[in-house]
Amino acid sequence: MQPLDDVVKEFLVESLENLDRLDRSLVDLEQDPHDRENLASIFRTIHTIKGTCGFLGFGKLESVSHVGESLLSRMRDGELVLNAAITTGLLAMVDAIRRILAVVEATGGEPNEDYGELIAMLNRLNAPGQKPAAAPAATVVMAEAVAAPGPASSPVGTATDTTAPRPEHAPARATEEIPMEIEIVDARSSDERPTGGERRPAIVDTSLRVDVGLLDKLMNLVGELVLARNQILQFTTSLSDSAFIGATQRLNLVASELQEGVMKTRMQPIDNVWSKFPRVVRDLAIACGKQVRIEMVGKDTELDKTIIEAIKDPLTHVVRNSADHGIETPSARIACGKPPEGVVRLRAFHEGGQINIEISDDGAGIDPEKVRRKAVDRSMVSAEQAARMSDHEALRLIFLPGFSTAEKITNVSGRGVGMDVVKTNIEKIGGTVDIQSTLGQGTTLKIRIPLTLAIIPALMVSTGGEVFAIPQVSLLELVRLEGEHARAGIERIGAATFYRLRGNLLPLVQLHSELNLASQGDPGIVNIVVLKADDRQFGLVVDSVNDTEEIVVKPLGRQLKSVQVFAGATIMGDGHVALILDATRLAQQAHVLSADRDRKPSDRQGGPLAHETADAQTWMLFQVNGTERMAMPLHLVARLEEFATADIERSGGQEVVQYRGEILPLVSLTRFFGGTANSESDPRQVIVFSDHGRSVGLVVDRILDIVTETITPTRSQARSGILGAAVIQQRVTDLLDVAAIVRHALPESVSEPVAA
Amino acid sequence: MSTLTANAASSLAGASAPTGTARQFCTFVLDDLYFGVEVLKVQEVIRYQDMTRVPLAPGVVQGLINLRGQIVTAIDLRRRLELPERSDDARPMNVVVRTSDGVVSLLVDEIGDVVEVDDASFERPPDTISGAARALVTGVYKLKHRLLLALDVEQTTALDLESAAERRI
Repeated sequence: MQPLDDVVKEFLVESLENLDRLDRSLVDLEQDPHDRENLASIFRTIHTIKGTCGFLGFGKLESVSHVGESLLSRMRDGELVLNAAITTGLLAMVDAIRRILAVVEATGGEPNEDYGELIAMLNRLNAPGQKPAAAPAATVVMAEAVAAPGPASSPVGTATDTTAPRPEHAPARATEEIPMEIEIVDARSSDERPTGGERRPAIVDTSLRVDVGLLDKLMNLVGELVLARNQILQFTTSLSDSAFIGATQRLNLVASELQEGVMKTRMQPIDNVWSKFPRVVRDLAIACGKQVRIEMVGKDTELDKTIIEAIKDPLTHVVRNSADHGIETPSARIACGKPPEGVVRLRAFHEGGQINIEISDDGAGIDPEKVRRKAVDRSMVSAEQAARMSDHEALRLIFLPGFSTAEKITNVSGRGVGMDVVKTNIEKIGGTVDIQSTLGQGTTLKIRIPLTLAIIPALMVSTGGEVFAIPQVSLLELVRLEGEHARAGIERIGAATFYRLRGNLLPLVQLHSELNLASQGDPGIVNIVVLKADDRQFGLVVDSVNDTEEIVVKPLGRQLKSVQVFAGATIMGDGHVALILDATRLAQQAHVLSADRDRKPSDRQGGPLAHETADAQTWMLFQVNGTERMAMPLHLVARLEEFATADIERSGGQEVVQYRGEILPLVSLTRFFGGTANSESDPRQVIVFSDHGRSVGLVVDRILDIVTETITPTRSQARSGILGAAVIQQRVTDLLDVAAIVRHALPESVSEPVAA
Repeated sequence: MSTLTANAASSLAGASAPTGTARQFCTFVLDDLYFGVEVLKVQEVIRYQDMTRVPLAPGVVQGLINLRGQIVTAIDLRRRLELPERSDDARPMNVVVRTSDGVVSLLVDEIGDVVEVDDASFERPPDTISGAARALVTGVYKLKHRLLLALDVEQTTALDLESAAERRI
């Protein structure tokens, strides 16, 4: 029985794969019923299933697929045009086949369920009396029916390949009694087990199924090979045998190519997940009485198999959400001046070593007010907290467990489990989720997933006598300062150090102090590794930069789980173990990045007060109006500049200065808060920050300090331009409302939320 | 405790004639104490290896070693058992053990023989064993000339259950 089991197994795998494609093809066909190629391919799929299952003796499966085939063959011959009812019928058939296959897979036999009703429905579709052109399928069916009872004892016998070509050759001269004939045939075929053609499918010719476990093993072995190669490459530096060097170079090349090849075997196009979405959306749209079209860009974007598996469910959920909650009913859409048909757009692309997946719809959007209310109703946040949140922050509340904004709970979504699960699942594979929504215009969900592959290029650096690997994914550039630059280039504000990288303030993190190591670097040289952690940049100061190496990521033991700045370890060419740094965690530990890693920096702009959480934030302190201490979150600061009073011009009643080829509006904070500008020094101290590509300069008396502190703000001091006050460095400090200042300086931006 | 002798354990090999159910223990010495782990849990014993320090790690983690391409965490058993630090020039040995969470190396002063012990000679840990050792020792086998402390490998390697006070730095 073993070989038979294998045959059945292969049949199942193949059929299920084909069925997934079928869903998609059918929906496509509905859009363009005259696409003959598509139709032919659908026909072939069903025909293959029918043929094979007859051969394997699955009678019910055969009878179901048989009626479908009859229907399709008539369509293929142009006698029947696909309509919504037929599509639904065919999709129902696909579902039935899938169910049967599932039972076969589980038990080895067919289910007891009776598919008579489905078969009858398909037959009705196949036999509309008003259709004058009769069905060639009927003849096929008849022919098969005749052949069937006979050779039942020898399934592989007579009625073999002939069934396939027959519909083409015999588009029978029309007959009126077809419906009846079909009824008879079907009645029989569901009782008996007629045989069909056992034609093998054509797709297997060029591809091969491989067990994923085997691929994983291969991947590990290649990893070992890469390590061994690295070790051998090290020897070439000390040996000068030309034959040895030649062989090593060849080994190097072959190993690299092998590694690339093995990695490719694990890559699959994202279309493997997407292909079922047209069906999902179609079913949903019909169930909700909506018109929804799905568009896909970047179907070929390849992801590692494990990632494909991990994102399957979250993506399905999001797409369903878009169709169910996002897109409005046709009448509502028309009332808003939108076309009745809504669009769900899927986009996937590689960027910066990460995979980006965006799911957007042009539906109603999410009302942040509603989200706030809901969150308060469900006691997820206090009313006060909710009020202080920026719209974007409020939107992100939907990622909290147990949140659902759907007014009514439908059977498809809105049960309050969902977005939090989506977020958790994506985060499990090291990804991030963000949401953007404009009321009335639609919602976009952005998912970013790292290309987590076991072998990655990395930069090796040394600090305190230890070697560390930094994945190149997070690497932006290297800066080396020597002599005078090393002394003067690093600026200190309080305990924090900065480097002006092309005018931008780059916060620096000393790796040795973050890791409690003693620096062994040359004090006259500063090596800065500019890293990207989420959307922020920071400079990591290391003792020396070694070289780049392909490293094999190995996990750390459970004993080291508490040390989060390391993403794993690797074995270097010389056999030593090196730790892999996690740039994001490192930035968090150094407070360059808040521990809440999902939040983009701009989210904070609207309300730093919303962060009453325990995580410390870095603030820039400055003096205004002679004596007032104020603070703003450091990450909002793009640059610190000085402008001579003579350079300041006026435009539209506002002070401006020419800056980097643009006109930079200046806001004197002293004057904004009702003081006179006498105390302002010359040159003026200006904090430049950018918002939506526009820059604004805040003129302050003096920059005081930069501190990282957990603050407890109060609102008691609130007035225009001030969000509240807090005790920073044991002194009462006002917290600047940056958004209000922007509104003041750039009145045209009022309509747009600053933090969007 | 005074009954424990300080020197090499080799003379004891086979000294205890097995009666009843017998187990085999891989033995080693730490600060004059005689410990053992079940032989079936031990993957191998290797001499001192170069290690990569892990900054910010719990103090008991001595570093990472490269065991034929596999990265293994090395735990300093002296620190784990809160025994005095070993002198700087002493090179510890690695007892590589298999745990439910993969392979871990235990750093010990000196390796003893594999000894066979009789379950009948087993006793609960005596009260005289103090500190961290008490929680990590399942019991004591009374050998002819000395006591063998049976170490619980899972407990010994499970650092995450420990309090933060356990962690240095």
